[in-house]
Amino acid sequence: MLIPCPCCGPRSVAEFTYGGDATLVRPPADSTDPDAWCRYVYARANPKGAHLELWQHSGGCRCWLRVVRDTANHTIMRVELLGPWAEAIERKRVAAE
Amino acid sequence: MSAGGRLVDRAQPVHARFDGQPLQGYAGDTLASALLASGRRVVGRSFKYHRPRGLLAAGPEEPNALVTLRDGGRREPNIPATTVELFEGLVAESQNRWPSLDHDLLALFGLGGPLLQAGFYYKTFMGPTAKAWRLYEPWIRRAAGLGRAGRDPDPDRYDKASLWCDVLVIGAGPAGLAAAAEAAGSGRRVVLAEQTPRLGGSGLLDDSDAVVAAEAALAASPDVTILRRTTVWGAYDGMVLAAVERLADHLPAPPPDLPRQRLWRIHAREVVLATGAVERPMVFPGNDLPGVMLADAVLRYALLWGVAAGRRIAVLTNHDRGHEVARRLAGLGLQVTAVIDPRPTAATAAETAALGITVYHGHLVAAVEGRHMVRGLRLAGVDGSAGPVLDADTLAVAGGWTPLVQLASQAGAQPIWDERRQTFLPGPLPTGWRAVGACAGDGLPEVAPLPDVTRRHRGKAFVDLQNDVTAEDVRLAVREGFGSVEHLKRYTTLGMATDQGRTSSVNGLALLAAARDVPIAELGTTRFRPPFAPVALGALAGRSRGAHLRPERRTPMHDWHLAHGAEMYETGLWLRPRAYLRPGETVATAYVREAKAVREAVGIVDVSTLGKIDVQGPDSATFLDRLYCNAMASLPVGKARYGLMLREDGMVFDDGTAWRLGPDRFLVTTTTANAATVLGHLEHLLAVVWPELRVVVTSVTDQWAGMAVAGPHSREVLAAALDGVEMSHAAFPPMGVREARCGAIPVLVARLSFSGERAYEVYAPWTEGEAVWRRLLAAGEPFGIVAYGLEAMGALRIEKGHVAGPELDGRTTPADLGLGRMVSRRKSFVGSAMLDRPGLTQASRLQLVGLIAVDRQPVRAGAHLVESADRAKPGRSLGHVTSWTWSPALGRYAALGLLEGGLRHAGRRLWATYPLRREHVPVEVVHPCLYDREGARLDG
Ligand SMILES: [Zn+2]
Repeated sequence: MLIPCPCCGPRSVAEFTYGGDATLVRPPADSTDPDAWCRYVYARANPKGAHLELWQHSGGCRCWLRVVRDTANHTIMRVELLGPWAEAIERKRVAAE
Repeated sequence: MSAGGRLVDRAQPVHARFDGQPLQGYAGDTLASALLASGRRVVGRSFKYHRPRGLLAAGPEEPNALVTLRDGGRREPNIPATTVELFEGLVAESQNRWPSLDHDLLALFGLGGPLLQAGFYYKTFMGPTAKAWRLYEPWIRRAAGLGRAGRDPDPDRYDKASLWCDVLVIGAGPAGLAAAAEAAGSGRRVVLAEQTPRLGGSGLLDDSDAVVAAEAALAASPDVTILRRTTVWGAYDGMVLAAVERLADHLPAPPPDLPRQRLWRIHAREVVLATGAVERPMVFPGNDLPGVMLADAVLRYALLWGVAAGRRIAVLTNHDRGHEVARRLAGLGLQVTAVIDPRPTAATAAETAALGITVYHGHLVAAVEGRHMVRGLRLAGVDGSAGPVLDADTLAVAGGWTPLVQLASQAGAQPIWDERRQTFLPGPLPTGWRAVGACAGDGLPEVAPLPDVTRRHRGKAFVDLQNDVTAEDVRLAVREGFGSVEHLKRYTTLGMATDQGRTSSVNGLALLAAARDVPIAELGTTRFRPPFAPVALGALAGRSRGAHLRPERRTPMHDWHLAHGAEMYETGLWLRPRAYLRPGETVATAYVREAKAVREAVGIVDVSTLGKIDVQGPDSATFLDRLYCNAMASLPVGKARYGLMLREDGMVFDDGTAWRLGPDRFLVTTTTANAATVLGHLEHLLAVVWPELRVVVTSVTDQWAGMAVAGPHSREVLAAALDGVEMSHAAFPPMGVREARCGAIPVLVARLSFSGERAYEVYAPWTEGEAVWRRLLAAGEPFGIVAYGLEAMGALRIEKGHVAGPELDGRTTPADLGLGRMVSRRKSFVGSAMLDRPGLTQASRLQLVGLIAVDRQPVRAGAHLVESADRAKPGRSLGHVTSWTWSPALGRYAALGLLEGGLRHAGRRLWATYPLRREHVPVEVVHPCLYDREGARLDG
């Protein structure tokens, strides 16, 4: 299984660390709604097919990525960089192409 | 045969030994062909019943002839003799026999047949026979087994490598060669993997040079990589396949420049499955007697190695190709006496008969005569009528063909039943996969379904020869309710041997279908899993053995530690000193001396392994405030603070310190064990949760060497060793952070204590770590400084009740650890929302306590805390001991533990019970801080 890292190119899955469901949004800091926190911390779907998830290129550039992966066959359908520097790196990449 | 054999060179004799006896063959022989040529019929004893077994096949599908090769560190058991290339000096041994192949006393099990029937293991483990099992187990284990592995270290090298290709062709028979040529012709990069040493497969049996020409063309193509002696054994996600190349298995020892085997990780854009098909035996009483062989094998031995399998050969077949093989054998000069065919007619029966071969239509074999080899065949009509007895020493069985679809099944394909050819074909394949040739069913003969003769005629009829599974075992499994294919496999072990049921799976399914009275197509097949063929552990390990199993991390002071008697201890990947042993000392006496020195004078400990993270940016303070459960934004520049990080669920994640080096800059330390996890956690928060924060984090663990100087004289030592820093209590108070110089080396100093004594942490550039360490030791010499290790450090922190890894077990909240007052109620942070859940605030939670042994017995970590004084009836566990030591300061065993209700039990007597060691020790529950609770020594 290869994950095309926007910084480093296609790299072996062994270089990455799984970061879980990427659709989860942390409740606002002042939220005291126990259900919202419970969903964020514990509730996970286990879908077959396309899954939006987080991966960190921990053995490479250490960027966090948002990835769409088909859980049935590990096809990677989309990868995008996360973080404040994502936009700058993406601009540089597009300029280089 | 005195001449012939397309693969052997009769001008080159080769000498080997089998079971201590000389064995002569020729270059190109396999161990199997040489054994057959030498007249040896019995080559192994069966797994459970120790029945004599001979060669069934000529290729890797061989179930019977498993041998142990070589000796010493190269000893290797369970290798099919059909895959062993004969070389000068080869030493091979038969297996599973005692004392010898021809006289195996353990064959007496054959008399006690029902003892070892299907489900034997499950039944004996349960019920009244469980006791008897314990009595007989050693005997049965010895009797039922395969070869023994060697105990010496393997002297050979094993490598791993990766390959990328457009097309991976698996199997170099005619179909594989054609597919490789076609792909290479269109300019694609091709890898062709063939498990035998020779390309050609079934094409080697043709009377033409087509395969030789095809091989030459491929070898000349720059786009084709040919891997011989290479078995592709696993298909994994993302078109990654695993293969093992046996570079030197056919040589007495690997040449110095080559590994013995190489494990290939192959990334392919397209996979062409050209694995071919193996011939199927038939199931009838006595079908395991040496001399009963696959017809294709009999033809191969004659044609490729010039070996006649027998003197009077009968052929048993249910298809026209079987007749063709009989005629080809006769054409090679072998004496073929009969063809037995259950069908009423056969298209080419007249041609067969014209060669003087008697054709018995409508007949099957009902029994095989002979004790150690075939002496005769008793036929029966398919209608059950009695038939003639034939004089024969070899029965060549052609029962149809089974495509090798295992790799496709691993990749997720569901094989489908083909009624015409009575076999499973690969079925729809995953994207990028293609099956060609016999594997796809091409050229396989139409086959008549076989009537089941095993109910009508007595005697053991084997389905799985390697695991000794009989037709009756299959019916027994159905009777006992294990009638699905997956249950049948597990209950009878059918197909679970090292040959993965190559020759037995379809026959097993046919019997299962008959017993359940359903069509085979309805049963389906079991899912195949890697490996397709056995893979040596050495190949999987590669070079990751011994000291190379995993990397080793060393601090800059490592060599100094070793030179000063340190006994090193692995913590994660780090090597750290447990204690520095002086002559005559053990760890137990050395750490007591070291801990006393810290309390009475001064000590120094290497803390370079702590995780260190540089945090920079205008929002650093805001970020750390959200990260730690205690306030951080208010930390002034030049100060450090102890900090506790929680997980989102409110449990303590890690502890450490944060040093404010500037308005926008912090140095954060973590525990050694969690360094990488904490960094990932910070990066996650900054990239995913709060991308608006302008903060950058960088690991500086390997940039700063760290050492803690602790003890009443620590200030004097630092004053003597450092310049540019005022060391007085007022100028450098507890939790202060200062820059200084040690000679010309810039260092960072923080007044932090883990031991309870006045102490400082000194951080130096990694490469200068040893120099600063030596200078501190030199400066400390007048004060009696000693270096101390993990054991002393552990004893000192347990005496002070400081929590560490054993207490931060992922189930403890700050309050559980007595750190509830650290938690800020004026801000939100990671974990704050879930911290007040009722389950986390109950008074009955396991909470940190100190424990002091009442007498001289040790209180060990892992012991449970109970109320009962009776070791035999300890009662309910109220908690457990997490960390323990013999405390030099207290002069007795002291421990930390997690106890229901925590300090509400202070002053009570409990017992620490450890049933595995038969220990039951009285302890007193006390406050976790066992020494200097007022903290007077910190400032002294
Ligand atoms: Zn990357």
